[in-house]
Amino acid sequence: MNTRALDERRQKAASKWDELQNNRVPLIYIGAASCGLAAGAAEVQEVVENYLKKNGIEGRIIQVGCIGPCYLEPLMDVQMPGKPRISYSNVRPSDVPLIMESFFEKNEVAESRLAGHFGDAEFDGVPRFFDMPMLKPQVRIVLRNCGIIDPDDLDHCLARDGYLGLEKCLSMSWTEVLEIIKRSGLRGRGGAGFPTWKKWLTCRETPSDQRYLICNADEGDPGAFMNRSLIEGDPHAVLEGMLIAAYTIGASQGYIYIRAEYPLAIKRLKKAIVQMRGVGLLGQDILGSEFSFDIRIKEGAGAFVCGEETALIASIEGKRGMPRTRPPFPAVSGLHGKPTIINNVETLGTLPHILRNGAEWYAGSGTETSKGTKTFSLVGKVRRTGLIEVPLGMTLREVVFDIGGGTLKPFKAVQTGGPSGGCLSEEFLDTPIDYEHLAEAGSIMGSGGLIVVDSDTCIVDTAKYFLGFTQKESCGKCVPCRVGTRHMVKLLEKICDGRGELADLEKLEKLGRTIKNGSLCGLGATAPNPALTSLKYFRSEFISHIKDKRCPAIVCKSLVNYRVVAGKCTGCQRCVSVCPTGAITGPRSEPHNLDRSKCIKCRSCYEICRFDAIAGDAIIIES
Amino acid sequence: MKGRDSISEGGLSELRREFRGERGDLIPVLQRVQEIQGYLRPEAIRIVSRWLKISENEIFGVATFYAQFRFHPPGLHHLRVCLGTACHVRGGEQILLTAQQRLGVDTGETTPDGKYDLDRVACLGCCALAPVVAFDQKVHSQMSVLKIQRILDEHKSA
Repeated sequence: MNTRALDERRQKAASKWDELQNNRVPLIYIGAASCGLAAGAAEVQEVVENYLKKNGIEGRIIQVGCIGPCYLEPLMDVQMPGKPRISYSNVRPSDVPLIMESFFEKNEVAESRLAGHFGDAEFDGVPRFFDMPMLKPQVRIVLRNCGIIDPDDLDHCLARDGYLGLEKCLSMSWTEVLEIIKRSGLRGRGGAGFPTWKKWLTCRETPSDQRYLICNADEGDPGAFMNRSLIEGDPHAVLEGMLIAAYTIGASQGYIYIRAEYPLAIKRLKKAIVQMRGVGLLGQDILGSEFSFDIRIKEGAGAFVCGEETALIASIEGKRGMPRTRPPFPAVSGLHGKPTIINNVETLGTLPHILRNGAEWYAGSGTETSKGTKTFSLVGKVRRTGLIEVPLGMTLREVVFDIGGGTLKPFKAVQTGGPSGGCLSEEFLDTPIDYEHLAEAGSIMGSGGLIVVDSDTCIVDTAKYFLGFTQKESCGKCVPCRVGTRHMVKLLEKICDGRGELADLEKLEKLGRTIKNGSLCGLGATAPNPALTSLKYFRSEFISHIKDKRCPAIVCKSLVNYRVVAGKCTGCQRCVSVCPTGAITGPRSEPHNLDRSKCIKCRSCYEICRFDAIAGDAIIIES
Repeated sequence: MKGRDSISEGGLSELRREFRGERGDLIPVLQRVQEIQGYLRPEAIRIVSRWLKISENEIFGVATFYAQFRFHPPGLHHLRVCLGTACHVRGGEQILLTAQQRLGVDTGETTPDGKYDLDRVACLGCCALAPVVAFDQKVHSQMSVLKIQRILDEHKSA
């Protein structure tokens, strides 16, 4: 298939998309990414299907990806003929009939659960969806199609300019494409922020009969899901990016290394690859050019270290995912000893937009040294959680408070870069988010995990959590990482258990520095960051644990106790029924007893006492 | 798919059609074997070893490196508690503790009746709806210790 055939397909796709925008039958959109499904989107869809069937309504249901504000999931949009698409949030299956009746029986916009409409103009007093405080400050470039199109329909992607970037790319020489990427200022979105063009040039200039391109979708940072959302919501953007990268570096074989924990993303990719083959976007002589390329999917088998380039390559080769010393860098000698480029999902997903709109357009967002936009998963104790995309250079305060709506309890810290990043205190809220400023603060940009914690989160416990994670995921090859992280975890456990000494803090710092300097790969070299930044910015919290044997956030189990407040306890026995160890006893209507020797501090009694109407908030946790 | 007969020559020929038998196929082959049999039995590893010409020792070395591979028969139902960062700061640890209590097993174990196994998972990617658990294929969001108790109790009595 040459470009003309694709153009014809694109025209057909455009009229199909047009029909969808000027629909004659009602359309119901369901946000059915992994997050939406976890929140109950499938159950909502079932009720919608039944309603349409029962009432003989000719309507269409379209599953879309995640549009970003996950805290509003499940999201369901209704688009009546001649009307804009109107979104409903936190829709429970029981809400569906009311919404449907309003539209189909009363011919009115349903008011309950209303989130906003997607139109450009004013509509019936309904607010615009993209004017919501969480969405308004965002700049959606990479995510432009997520939640808007049906990711399983190639036509939707084509109608919205999919593969136009590739066409432009194929009309140029590789040096011209490289020049555009250079001018755009794009840096690797996997975390380290190395200029994409530089890495590509090294690969291209290494003489070889074979070069490889690998898409790194092994999103290992626990607490980050940008890559999953992008693949689930717009798989073709990533695949088009792979074609552009492969063309520029001269690769004929590509791999997508993706976590097995993302079954839906894998399904979407597989389907998209079949669609690409069908229209000549993969295989020999793509779009009539001399460029040939193919893609294979490799599922990761659960190892965080495989996000590291050389470990990832070892894993694709069928070996233990252990990193090796660099140089030689993979761009010179990678998979099977051939020059290999490994790019993150988001880096690749950005390429089509740069090619289509130009380098200057992309470089128009961001800062002097960090151009463009970046996606983040904004999670933790923030009010509005979800996936966001913002221009680089926006401050942490704008992200946490304007977009995220702040925290319920007083803000304490924000962790960027996951287990490799740092924990930044309130004084850093005005730090612009870019590669340099975050590094200066002792953290890293990372792949885009932003975890916000409030006064209910213990910093020592969080540091212990991160170190525990990296310790478990350490591949064991080099001593500083294998042995060092274990000792750091032991020291942090000691402090959390109330057995810590002040000298342990210095030991932690010394160990941390040694591990950073002596480790073989990025996992070890960054593993101490969470502990070191916490020690630097939240030292008093460590000291409370050591000196006062107190956990100020009331989290560390050894330092907290549960107590029944006799005056408040109504004796309703709800806590007795949920206590897994029988630690709470007492006859009905009389204050209950809590036997601390049996209590495992699982929080069941606390939760039921707080949230159950007849119980009286009589159980407290204290430190 | 679980509980099907061991990789007989027939089962393996199915794999032979899917893979070229290259060294790089080792991990995907083991993933398929586990999908078919539920876990990696020593006999299966022996067969894969002869086929791909990789020693059994090395295959065990590779398989034990990755968290996905199991060497014991799985339970009928699979409860995975997510302990990603967002889940951790929103109380995932307590949910795991409660599940351990309710099922009477430790993480990584199967109940004596072979009905449930309990695992922790690094991240399911539903961080905005933390804490989450995956019960078989279904992900449950915004869990609490009470919700996990209810899910398990309802399932047990069903």
